[in-house]
Amino acid sequence: MIEIVDLYKAFGRNHVLRGANLKIEKGESMVVIGGSGSGKSVLIKHIIGTLKPDSGSILIDGADIAKLSENELYETRKRFGMLFQMAALFDSMKVWENVAFALMRHGKLKEKDAKEIASEKLRMVGLIGVEDIMPSELSGGMKKRVGLARAIAHSPEILLYDEPTTGLDPIMADAINDLIIEMKQKLSVTSVAITHDMHSAYKIADRIAMLYEGRIIATGTPDEIKNTDNATVRQFITGSAVGPIKIEGVTA
Amino acid sequence: MANILLKPVELLGRSLTISWQTFVLFTEELGRIMLLLCSTIKQLILPPLELKNTFKQVVEIGIKSLPVVLITAVFTGMVLALQSYTGFKRFNAEVMVGTVVALSITRELGPVLTGLIVAGRAGAAMAAELGTMRVTEQIDALETLATNPVKYLIVPRFIAGTIILPSLTVIADIIGIIGGFFVTVTVLGANSSVYWRRTWDYLETSDIYNGLIKACFFGASIAIISCYKGFYTSGGAEGVGKATTGAVVLSSMTILISDYFLSAWLFK
Repeated sequence: MIEIVDLYKAFGRNHVLRGANLKIEKGESMVVIGGSGSGKSVLIKHIIGTLKPDSGSILIDGADIAKLSENELYETRKRFGMLFQMAALFDSMKVWENVAFALMRHGKLKEKDAKEIASEKLRMVGLIGVEDIMPSELSGGMKKRVGLARAIAHSPEILLYDEPTTGLDPIMADAINDLIIEMKQKLSVTSVAITHDMHSAYKIADRIAMLYEGRIIATGTPDEIKNTDNATVRQFITGSAVGPIKIEGVTA
Repeated sequence: MANILLKPVELLGRSLTISWQTFVLFTEELGRIMLLLCSTIKQLILPPLELKNTFKQVVEIGIKSLPVVLITAVFTGMVLALQSYTGFKRFNAEVMVGTVVALSITRELGPVLTGLIVAGRAGAAMAAELGTMRVTEQIDALETLATNPVKYLIVPRFIAGTIILPSLTVIADIIGIIGGFFVTVTVLGANSSVYWRRTWDYLETSDIYNGLIKACFFGASIAIISCYKGFYTSGGAEGVGKATTGAVVLSSMTILISDYFLSAWLFK
């Protein structure tokens, strides 16, 4: 279980998180929605411990990730897998080396065995025969698939998705949504995704939480969120420029 | 009237403020570089060794810089010989050319020029590569794959830089002296045995190894400065460009400035 308690984080004068609270149950698929610059990425980076909170805590099965020693933190990270917005593949390595990175580094697997597992994970995300090519030769959608294969390679318990459908065409985006659902069913992982793509959020979420002005202002199942009477949430999910959410730098 | 009198004061105040701000920024940067150096040394001591990556960096920095180092060294030796020969001829001291070439190359030009070449070639490459990895979230990806980026990326470059620069300097020393010999003997027609005798008579082993100590220091500085600039890049493609330029400028400055103090300390 992941529990975010009273999380505060500021960068200089920019107070991004101002008391965020969120509970994510084991095996659940949580989608955090919010506008650009609302702090979604900052929130997800706290969950995996690449950012440290100014105050508050992030509890992973009861242990505060911000208070772990460096070694404990790296040990805890082995339980995570993360898919980055632009896939963040290592461009100096072949596709299979990307996927097998954690296996070879932590699992001390032989190259041949690691490559076999990498091929198997690549097949799981629908890619065949790409093992020996370089990431720069892949399309955006394929990169995301490889990124997903890399994230699941070491069989993590928690999967984090940073804007999984951003920058993809609608069909490719839906294929990624299907993969996320498939991962959850096949691997029974806890997943946390951040997105502003409502179509994707409704499809992959067990529960949706909305981040606004540094706090979680609403949580609920996709149906509850669809039928919310919270004006801010309604404005966001219907995508209206008019409402309580002010667009930064734009005067009405 | 009062305005005209106050204008210089205002300008003075402004320039003082800017100087102060620059000084503060410089000190901050120096502090952060030192912190990165500390965590690099800590990760260097802790097992496991990053042998494969280190070897890759040795090839990357060393072998690929070698041609440029060779060309620079041979021509530096040649021009040194040419200039000192024509200069020394004016007071009949041509026989000392071998000594001048050997001392200048081993003590100064070998380590400094090699350092500047490696800073321009390998330092820029390190900053650009790490900078790109930072802005495309590859460094974050390393973290999420439970891999310490300082250990994985910076330690190999630091080790490679520290051992490669003295190695390249040894080669530059030899090639430079041979270049000087070639010009003095074949072009200017001096006696070859006199050249060698004058070279060996006055060259001490301390000239060579103090030069190599400088090279070690330059290599470590280039690596840590360039990695620092790349590692903390922000702001997309423009940021990578800035980091790369910054790495070359700061490494080169560090080489030239520290060279004076190292020389004053080592060659007392």
